[in-house]
Amino acid sequence: MAVGVRTQDLRKIYNSAPPLGAAGGFIARADAKGTKQSKTQIPALNGLSLEIHPGEIFGLLGPNGAGKSTTVGVLTTRVRPTSGQAWVGDHDVWKEPAQVKRLIGVVPQRPNLDFSLTAREILIFHAAYFGMGSKQRNEGADALLEKFKLTDRAHQMVRGFSGGMMQRLSIARAMMHDPQVLFLDEPSAGLDPQTRILLWEIIREYHQAGKTVLLTTHNMEEADALCQRLAIVDHGTVIALGTPKALKSSIPGGYLLRLRFGKQTADLLERLQVLAGVREVRAADGTGADVYADRGGSLVPEIATVAAQSGAELSDVHISEPSLENLFLHHTGRSLRD
Amino acid sequence: MNWKTFGAMLARDAQVARRNAIQLFLQTFLQPLLFVFIFGRVMVGSGYMPAAYKSLLLPGIIAISMTFTGVWAVAMPLIAEFQWTREIEDRLLAPISVGWIAVEKVIAGMLQALVAGLAVIPLAWLVLRPGVEISIGTPWTFAVIIALVAGFSACGGLALGCSIDQQHIGLMFSMVMTPMIFFGCTYYPWSALKNFPVLQKAVLINPLVYASEGLRATLVPQFQHLSITAVLVALFCFDVLLLVVGLRQFEKKAVT
Repeated sequence: MAVGVRTQDLRKIYNSAPPLGAAGGFIARADAKGTKQSKTQIPALNGLSLEIHPGEIFGLLGPNGAGKSTTVGVLTTRVRPTSGQAWVGDHDVWKEPAQVKRLIGVVPQRPNLDFSLTAREILIFHAAYFGMGSKQRNEGADALLEKFKLTDRAHQMVRGFSGGMMQRLSIARAMMHDPQVLFLDEPSAGLDPQTRILLWEIIREYHQAGKTVLLTTHNMEEADALCQRLAIVDHGTVIALGTPKALKSSIPGGYLLRLRFGKQTADLLERLQVLAGVREVRAADGTGADVYADRGGSLVPEIATVAAQSGAELSDVHISEPSLENLFLHHTGRSLRD
Repeated sequence: MNWKTFGAMLARDAQVARRNAIQLFLQTFLQPLLFVFIFGRVMVGSGYMPAAYKSLLLPGIIAISMTFTGVWAVAMPLIAEFQWTREIEDRLLAPISVGWIAVEKVIAGMLQALVAGLAVIPLAWLVLRPGVEISIGTPWTFAVIIALVAGFSACGGLALGCSIDQQHIGLMFSMVMTPMIFFGCTYYPWSALKNFPVLQKAVLINPLVYASEGLRATLVPQFQHLSITAVLVALFCFDVLLLVVGLRQFEKKAVT
C-alpha cells in the first residue's frame, strides 16, 4: 500500500554551519567570531507544513538555501527539527526512526557511496542492512545494475566512477530494498541530458509501481516534467502549492516581460498598467519594471511607445512564457537562480 | 535491536578488512616488531639492556599494538566517513537505531585490536627468542584484561573519531597517541617511575598504563606490577567512560 508523507510546522535552526547539501551553502549567516554572540544561528526551516499523498510524485522547488535539503533531512531521520513534526506513513519520524528508515530510500545531493566496496557489493550490503535474503539480494543487485547500465562496472571499486555513474548507483542503491517512499535530493544535478532522461524514465516507472516519490530540484523543467504536485519553497516555508499547471496559471496573465529603461519617470508604471492585456506591473530594481500580461511580444511596440512618451527610453526587454520560474519570481521578487 | 542489520554491518567491515589485509598487517605489526627488534634484540644483544628486558617489553608492545589498532580501526574510517566521503550515511539510513551503528563500529574495532594483540605475541616471540619468559598463569584474568584493553581502544577510537576534524588527524597522533604511548608504561614498568613521584601519579590518567601493567601482571608476573584489581577497575571505568562519550559524539555527528 502506498505511503504518504506529512510535515507540520517544521522549524529548524542550525547552531553551527549546516552540513553540505542540507543548506546549499548560500544561507546568509552572521559570523559570531569576535562578537559577544556565542552561537551562529541559521534558520533553515520556518514553519514548513506539507502533505504528500500516497503514490504521488511531489516536487520541492526552490533556490539554493531555501530549506529543501533540510526538509528531506528531517524526513529521512538525519536532521532533528527544532520544533514541529514529521510523519512517513503512520510513523512519527522522530519517535520511530528505525520503522521510518525501512519505508524510505534516499538519494542524497552529493554521492555518499561506500568507497571501500565494489558497485555490486554496495547494493548487496545495502540489501543486507535491510535484512533481505541472499538470493533476493543477488537477483535485485543484478537487475538494478542492468537497469542503470552499470553491469560492466559491477565488480569495480566506485572510487574511480564518474559523477554520473555514482549518481546512477546512488539511485540504484536507494531502490534496492524496494522502499515505499523515494527521496531524491537534486537527482539530476550534474547529469548529462541522456542520463537525465534515463533517470526520469526510472522515476516514472517507480511511481507507476505505486510508490511515493519526493524530489527536490531547482530545475523548473524537471519539476514541470515529473511532478504531479509541487511546493515552491523559499526561506524555509512553502510559498505556493499545487499542480505545475495550476501554479503556472496562477501567475497573472502568464507572460512576464522584464523591462529596463534608460531612466524611470513618475507616471511610467501607471501608463504601463493601463495597456491592453497587462495584469500587473511591479517596479523592479533600479530603473526596471516587471509586467505580467496576457500576451508577450505583441505588447513590446506599445510599451516602447509609452516609454518614449514618458521620456524613459526602453533599453532592454526580456519576455518569458508561463513557467515556474516566473511563478517563483512572482511570489518572491527574486529569480530561482539568484 | 535489529540483529540482521547489525550482522550485515559487521560483515561489511570484515569484507573491507579482508580487502585491506596486507595494508592492515603492515600498519599493525611493522612498528611494534621494529621496536621489539631494536630494543629487545639489538639493545639486549649489545649489552645496553639486561636480558630480562625482553620479557618486560613484550606486554607493553602488546598493549601498544592493541591500542593503536583499536583507535585506528575505529577513528580513521569515522573521520573520513563523516567528513569527506560521507559513506557512513548508507548505514545511518539502515533500519536500526543510530547508537547501535556506533556499537557495531566498537565491536569491529575490538575484534581487530584482539587479533592484533594476540598475533603480536608469537611474532614478537619469534624476534626475541631465546630468553623470553612469558606464561599465562591465569587465562581468565588475561582474557578479561585483553577484552577490556580492546574495549577502551575501540571506544577511544569512537570518541576521537567523532570529535576530531580531518585536518587535525596529525595532531591527534602527536598530541594524543604519542604521549599516551610514552607515558603509558609500555617500555618500562610503572614501578620504574618511583623516582618521579609527580609523574608516577600523573600517568594514572592514561588508560594505556593499566593496559601495559595488566598484561605485565598476567604474562610476566615475575616483574613488579600494579594490582590486578586496580587494573580491572580502572580499565572498566575507562571503557564505560569512553563508550558514553563516544556514543554521545557519534549521535551528534549522525543527526544534525
